[in-house]
Amino acid sequence: MSAPAIELRDVRKSFGPTEIIRGVNLAIPRGERHAVIGPNGAGKTTLFNLISGRFPISSGTITVNGKSTAGLPPQEINRLGLSRSFQITSIFPRMTVFENIRCGLLWSRGYRYSFWHLLGGQKALNAEVDRLLDRLKLGDRRNVQAGLLSYAEQRALEIGITIAGGADIILLDEPTAGMSHSETDAAVELIRGVSEGKTLLMVEHDMSVVFGLADRISVLVYGEVIASDTPAAIRGNAAVQEAYLGTIAA
Amino acid sequence: MSLLRRNWLWLLALVVLLAFPFLFYDWAKGRHSGFALTLMSEIGVMAIFALSFNMLMGQAGLLSFGHAVLFGLGAYCAAHVVNLVKAGTIWLPTELVPLAGGLGGLFFGFVLGWLATKQRATAFAMITMGLGELVSAAALMFMGFFGGEGGITIDRVMDTSLLGVRYTSPWQVYCLVLAWAFIAAALMRLQTQTPLGRMANAARDNFERAQFVGYDPRRIRWIQFTLAGFFAGIGGGLYVLIYEIVTFDTVSAAKSANALLAVYIGGTGAFFGPILGTIVVVLLQSGVSLLSNAWLLYVGVLFIVMVMYAPIGLVGLIGLHAPIWRAGRLRELLLPYLRALPPALMVLLGFVLLVELTSFTTIGAAQGKHFAIAGRTIDTTSPLPWGIALVALGLGALWLRREARAFRLRWDALMEDAKRQAGAS
Amino acid sequence: MEVFVVSLLNGLVYGMLLFMLASGLTLILSMMGVLNFAHASAYMLGAYFAYTISLYVGFWPALIVAPVLCGLVGAAIEMWGLRRVHRHGHIAELLFTFGVALIIEKAVQMTWGLLPVPYRVPELLDFPLFRIYGTQFPAYRAFMLLISALMFGAIWLGLTRTRVGLVIQAALTHPDMASALGHNVPRIFTLVFAAGTALAGLAGVIGGNYQVTEPAMAFTMGPIVFVVVVFGGLGSLTGCFIASILMGLIQTFAVVFDVSLADLLAKFGITVTASTPFAEILTVTLPRIGALLPFLMMVLILVFRPRGLMGTRDT
Repeated sequence: MSAPAIELRDVRKSFGPTEIIRGVNLAIPRGERHAVIGPNGAGKTTLFNLISGRFPISSGTITVNGKSTAGLPPQEINRLGLSRSFQITSIFPRMTVFENIRCGLLWSRGYRYSFWHLLGGQKALNAEVDRLLDRLKLGDRRNVQAGLLSYAEQRALEIGITIAGGADIILLDEPTAGMSHSETDAAVELIRGVSEGKTLLMVEHDMSVVFGLADRISVLVYGEVIASDTPAAIRGNAAVQEAYLGTIAA
Repeated sequence: MSLLRRNWLWLLALVVLLAFPFLFYDWAKGRHSGFALTLMSEIGVMAIFALSFNMLMGQAGLLSFGHAVLFGLGAYCAAHVVNLVKAGTIWLPTELVPLAGGLGGLFFGFVLGWLATKQRATAFAMITMGLGELVSAAALMFMGFFGGEGGITIDRVMDTSLLGVRYTSPWQVYCLVLAWAFIAAALMRLQTQTPLGRMANAARDNFERAQFVGYDPRRIRWIQFTLAGFFAGIGGGLYVLIYEIVTFDTVSAAKSANALLAVYIGGTGAFFGPILGTIVVVLLQSGVSLLSNAWLLYVGVLFIVMVMYAPIGLVGLIGLHAPIWRAGRLRELLLPYLRALPPALMVLLGFVLLVELTSFTTIGAAQGKHFAIAGRTIDTTSPLPWGIALVALGLGALWLRREARAFRLRWDALMEDAKRQAGAS
Repeated sequence: MEVFVVSLLNGLVYGMLLFMLASGLTLILSMMGVLNFAHASAYMLGAYFAYTISLYVGFWPALIVAPVLCGLVGAAIEMWGLRRVHRHGHIAELLFTFGVALIIEKAVQMTWGLLPVPYRVPELLDFPLFRIYGTQFPAYRAFMLLISALMFGAIWLGLTRTRVGLVIQAALTHPDMASALGHNVPRIFTLVFAAGTALAGLAGVIGGNYQVTEPAMAFTMGPIVFVVVVFGGLGSLTGCFIASILMGLIQTFAVVFDVSLADLLAKFGITVTASTPFAEILTVTLPRIGALLPFLMMVLILVFRPRGLMGTRDT
């Protein structure tokens, strides 16, 4: 249990001449629920894209479960045990809710590119999908086309696809964005449940969600981590206050 | 027993297709109609080809302009195998010749797929187009494998049948085609329900998400392409057995386009769409081309109309009726449909007349043919038929518009009711 | 040497002709994302229109009228067809233009017949301009060069000196941004599509009598123009220009050099006989491969460098 789940060392990312991520160091131990907050444009989503392999990093190193992710495509980082959700809902809209979740499970259950297993006959797999659907409270929407779900249901499905494969590191990008109060509460409960015993890294704007869920919080401002501490300490941190108040004033 | 209950539709289709040629049976002479059997065999082969095309287009969202390459190369492989069997070099039952074609298609699908599946969407379409052009040019250039313009000829009677059939008659060949068509269709149907088939759908809808659940979209495309090559090759193998010759036509862009037209007209979304589309296209091709030079124009116009107004295809259009049918109110659409029929026929008549008049003034005249309806020759230079065509087209279109609006209202009301009913139950 | 100069000139003529076709296609593909299969059909229509018009009023009016007609056809296709299909995505648009190309080919066959039509070079230009090393260089080719150079200048001025041109330039590299800037994007699309088809039509007017005016000319020319566009790279007119000229030169020079791989191997002392493995492939001469080269290039570029020569993004 020595290596952290995710470790970033002096990670930098430039798009053209602009440096978006400017030397981030971050280590997230296993089993921690960690939130990244920061003003708009601080590079939070970019950071997620770097960790999950959507974009290559310009310099520095990222390790996931002790292995460097340099040069790995997203699917191989996923196979290291890291799974992510997207800020803009990213599901398979023309497939049913059930099939969406099942797609999230296939690789980790060893089906790979098989064209000799008939999915209808995989009883254990299908039962597992149904159990997960019940946990997501999507059981009665099982056979609905995913594109026809309500927004909150699609967000739940998004989380469902992300955790289905049983990855032990979960990255959630603004899981409650655009939700009503009651929907947010339900989502928080869901996230708390599914991240039990796992490493969670999330970007979130809703401070009640952040302070309710996170064990530790990092504050990202203009591509740099200016503080990384417990929720109580972050609340009292002067630099954080200034960064937030500063952006509000501007 | 449950297997029987679940698959009764397939069995029914098999029985119907076996019985169908007997409608054209010449009882006086005691033999089958060669034309009908060849036509139906052609439909069988093209249906396999179209289904394999839809493995890419419908399932994986990959539009190929060179799918005939896999079909044709499979056919060439099968032809060479038959000739080797004939020469006594190897032994293979006649019944398994299509499998040889399939393995040929599998091999070339693997090799060409390595190139083509590096990209997706428009770039994929262009690579396949380039490969198609390359292979059809190579087919004319290299004598050894392709036999140049003459192609490769075979003799399908080779006395190696497992069933003791010599395949001398079109009926025997038709039965073989039917058997293989069912096997291939069933396998392709099952493939849609495998992890690969599902992930092909997933990568089609959202390839990035597929990556983040652990799959390499390119690998998915490649394997799918290879498998599509296998089935296209089976079609090619059957083609060789039917026609006993394979030329560069089988790899040509026109052949690829045929599959595209058939699949799109039938509908890419449903498994049976390509089969329906194939029937429509082959019937138009074989039926209309006897009477008119313009069959491809009709298919083209049908295709454009489908792309513009009904991208879900014929099967999709039929499927739209499902909610109303479930509500048990399909009968109420009968009258609106009947009312729309005369203007639709009028538009069709005007259009066909116009096309044929044009066609006969140029191509027909050059071939020394005359335009005749019911035995009476029509003078294509007099203004009267042209006037009739234009009036029918114009008036029909106006009338159809009116009926279409009324139809729309009725349709929407029925849909609304059906939805409420489904919601209540 | 003489062969070299003559081929160079011919390659230049052909390359400029390709550029007239490809420039419009590049604009359409880069801005609208539509791989326009009907583009070469406009080229064919231009040639046929010009042929018919020149029967009645001569070549010179046709030089103006035929491209305008093609432009109108293009505008109609965009406004009543493409725009409707747009919401179904790029593949649907591609399929639509594919269908249009099919229909135009059949319509041309039905209107003008299956055989080539005798569309000839106007008498005024039907004389050898000069002779180099005993080979005549027809005045009409010089005229083609002149027209395409003028067009090149006009496009360049239009794109750099007019407001619409600047918007188009912006939309070339950032197609989704133009609408954000508050421009009437549908109208610009129609304009570009119409202008592109008109250019293709003009290429048809001056190319139809240089080559052969027949119903198959669209489907032989179409893929080559695609190759040029891909080779040049999306969003780059300069790349497109270079690719056109290169393609013109490659195709003319390939016809001239009667060599094969076997000849090359012979230089290294390896003799290819009928029994050598792949003898057939090794003994194919360059002129025969010439027609294949564009497709080979297209496949290789798309697979290994989808950005093309000077493109700003992947195809």
